Amino acid sequence: MRTVSEQIITRSEVLPIRTQIDLVHVRQRVRTWLSEERFTLIDQTKIVTAASELARNALEHGGGGEMEMSLLAVGARKGIRLKFSDHGPGIADISKAMKDGYTTAGGMGLGLSGSRRLMSEFEIQSSPESGTVVTVTRWK
Amino acid sequence: MVKLLKMMRENQERLLTDWLNGLKAIAQRRDLISDVEVREQARKILTLISNPPPDTVLEDFSSEGWQTVRDQLMAISISRVAHGSSPSETAQFLFSLKPPMFKLIREQLTTTPDELFREIDVTNNFIDAMALHIAESYIESRDKVIARQQEEMLELSTPVVTLWDGILALPVIGTLDSTRAQMVMESLLQAIVQTNSRFAILDITGVPTVDTLVAQHLLKTITAARLMGAECILSGIRPQIAQTIVHLGINLNDIVTRSKLADAFRLALDRSGRTVTQKPGNHTPVTAPAAGVS
Repeated sequence: MRTVSEQIITRSEVLPIRTQIDLVHVRQRVRTWLSEERFTLIDQTKIVTAASELARNALEHGGGGEMEMSLLAVGARKGIRLKFSDHGPGIADISKAMKDGYTTAGGMGLGLSGSRRLMSEFEIQSSPESGTVVTVTRWK
Repeated sequence: MVKLLKMMRENQERLLTDWLNGLKAIAQRRDLISDVEVREQARKILTLISNPPPDTVLEDFSSEGWQTVRDQLMAISISRVAHGSSPSETAQFLFSLKPPMFKLIREQLTTTPDELFREIDVTNNFIDAMALHIAESYIESRDKVIARQQEEMLELSTPVVTLWDGILALPVIGTLDSTRAQMVMESLLQAIVQTNSRFAILDITGVPTVDTLVAQHLLKTITAARLMGAECILSGIRPQIAQTIVHLGINLNDIVTRSKLADAFRLALDRSGRTVTQKPGNHTPVTAPAAGVS
């Protein structure tokens, strides 16, 4: 089991999520990083897709926020962590929101649950005061 | 005030020369715009300012009387955007009118310090107002250029092509956001009606990311095409996209899909009762005609 102390952050960047154009930028930056760090094409596609889902959630449900992208290293193993935070109203019922097909905005209701399946680790915190923070990690 | 304008009219040539010399000294990119054009623009501005309609005062740049000046500034900003000048260079064009104006006022108004100060203050505010206006116009003109380019790109990127009688293909290139998706759906449905097509192939080879929103847009487009009596085939699904769709949990079971556009085309031909065959003995390369034979 990895502990936090063993993880080293080798690279980090914060991108704003305020407009639809920012979503395009988020996808492009994540893809650039992943190809620079030599993630496989399948991993790239999965991670970029998850980033797209979560960034859109932060924009549409959270009224905008930011994404912090960090490159992790544990020994020789590399991974990427994406942390999406917004200052929106929070998610009322997280377990319900994580179910396939549950939507409040007329979407497919697969954004959160799908992103969890696309990534290795998935963590969500939400409260009406501090908004929602979703942290996802994928190891190479 | 009236005195100031009269002074400007009488010394217009000198003001123009001083202004242009000042502009030359600070110009960063002389190659972008010709001296002749700058001279012409400066002359027009000077003439318009020194000959305003009656009852127009320099203290109020937003008044009706200065409309011609504002229009001229707008025209200048459009030409600057087209030439690729920066916003600060464009505003600088007006700011460099200040030194020659102040010089003129100091030389000719030797009455009282109070009056001198007032005229300089009025001139200063007026030129600032003009510079702000040209900066605003500059941004407005550039926004228009960007909006037009966006529209052009939208139109460019949604071509519907007829592959065969009754078989359409729509290659989608780039990000499929809500606006694009709407355009794609409209042009496809329109083409289905116009060409009486029974088959439509939606090719997503050029779509970099297929997330739930993109998938939803595709499903809606396909359902709409079905309602119009056309059978839709989704093609161009790359291996990594297929895996991602499965992990996301998107259900495409009701949709006919193929990995390549060629396969989708073959399927459409087959379903419409056609087959493609190779002619016997015609698979050797065609020889070039001998030279000199007409």
